Amino acid sequence: MTVFGIRLPAMSSLILWALLWEIVGQLDLTFFIPPLSEVVVTLTGVIGTSSFLKALSETAYAFAMGVFFAVVIGIPVGILMGKNRLTDELLLPWVNMFLSAPLTALVPVLMVLFGFGMKSIIITTTLFAIWIIILNTRAGVLQINRSLVEMAHSYGAKPLAAFYKIYFWAALPEILGGVRIGIIRAVKGVIIGQLLISIVGFGALFELYASNFLMSHFWAVLIVLFALAFSVSEILAYMERRVAYYAASR
Amino acid sequence: MVMPQIKEAVMQLDVSGTENAVVARNVSKNYGKVEALKNMSLEFPRGQLTSLLGPSGCGKTTLLKIIGGLLQPTSGEIEVNGKPVNAPGPDRAFVFQDFALMPWANVIRNVAFGLELRGVAKSEREAIAEKYIADVGLKGFEKSYPHELSGGMRQRVGLARALSVDADVLLMDEPFSAVDEQTRRKFQEDLLRLVQNENKTFIFVTHSIEEAVYVSDQIAILLPRPSRVSEIIRPTGFRSMDADTIRRNPEYLDIVDRIWASLRSYVE
Repeated sequence: MTVFGIRLPAMSSLILWALLWEIVGQLDLTFFIPPLSEVVVTLTGVIGTSSFLKALSETAYAFAMGVFFAVVIGIPVGILMGKNRLTDELLLPWVNMFLSAPLTALVPVLMVLFGFGMKSIIITTTLFAIWIIILNTRAGVLQINRSLVEMAHSYGAKPLAAFYKIYFWAALPEILGGVRIGIIRAVKGVIIGQLLISIVGFGALFELYASNFLMSHFWAVLIVLFALAFSVSEILAYMERRVAYYAASR
Repeated sequence: MVMPQIKEAVMQLDVSGTENAVVARNVSKNYGKVEALKNMSLEFPRGQLTSLLGPSGCGKTTLLKIIGGLLQPTSGEIEVNGKPVNAPGPDRAFVFQDFALMPWANVIRNVAFGLELRGVAKSEREAIAEKYIADVGLKGFEKSYPHELSGGMRQRVGLARALSVDADVLLMDEPFSAVDEQTRRKFQEDLLRLVQNENKTFIFVTHSIEEAVYVSDQIAILLPRPSRVSEIIRPTGFRSMDADTIRRNPEYLDIVDRIWASLRSYVE
């Protein structure tokens, strides 16, 4: 974007919002919004503490495992649904239902089934991420050029080889898009899981800071979380752009 | 002009004693109630190029895909080298109208893909692919990606892929219809050389009369509703002539006119 002929670097709008935040905070309108500078000071103080690092590693572990399962289950299921009419008819209603279902309401059920530990948190994370990955992968496979599939078939590709040599790559732009949105949803999933199932990780920090009205701590952790989610999503967006050149020519 | 019937045409071939690489016997294909092919029989002599020519909807691509094993006939059978087939096999290689290249793979991987699927070792298959890439005139483009190539060059990649698996029969589905006119002419000349030099059987689907007459040893004219082989033409007089003079040859011009006369009533 250019303003008055000066080219602004990407995300310069954030500076404006940060300024607004600082002003509102300095005006002392509500305890809920401390000045940004105070939050940043708290952030630098909090980031090295052992409780923060423990929370970070717990959250990162649950998040990584949850996303891992969502990806390794979601992509093959999506490909299968796009490839096979019967599987599609069987699974599509469920996928659509879970995509729009309020998954938070399901968390108590998961707790009964899988206990109060890490397992339930990981499953919650997976459940938040997997449906959009399945749907996007399916959409990607459905628009694969028929002749590419015929090509693989005519040159003797076995179903498994066609699966990972053709379908996966041909649907890759959509798959990456799905994984990117899935990962953003997984961030929600892991925090909700940590808040509702067992108070660990960042969920525990949020709970602790919010109930003690430590608002600058609360915001500091939120900023860290946002930054992490944003970076992961940007990395995937970059990968998406890398394969976009062939999205138009399949 | 008398149009020879299918049986006569088949008889004629038997008399000439040519061995057939591919035989289609009473092939029918229905899509629900629609009859795409009805009881079609056709023979494809070894080492020659046979064109399937006809208006759209005559089932020429359907027949080609059935020969390739990509479609199952509702009834009838396909024989390749005397053995019935109902699935794709290493004896046949396909060249697609829209090239069907993998956009995420470079030229050499695309060309070697048929060999890759057969489990040929990487160094070996790339050596073979390199040879055919050079043969089709794409030397130096081994590491290029399809989107960096022109339409004509992409189809050369598709052709090199079909050649590299060394199949007896090459099935070409309107291979030159997506490239521009000049490239197309060059392709047709190259194809003539290819038929002469490679001991392969070509089955070539086209909707261009001139193209069919120019490149074919045998032209099967297919008509729609119900789809059938109406005539088989074997241009002989100019086949051995220089590529440049064919288009001025009287027999060439006569055959083009004759085919157009029999097809014009099917053009809406």
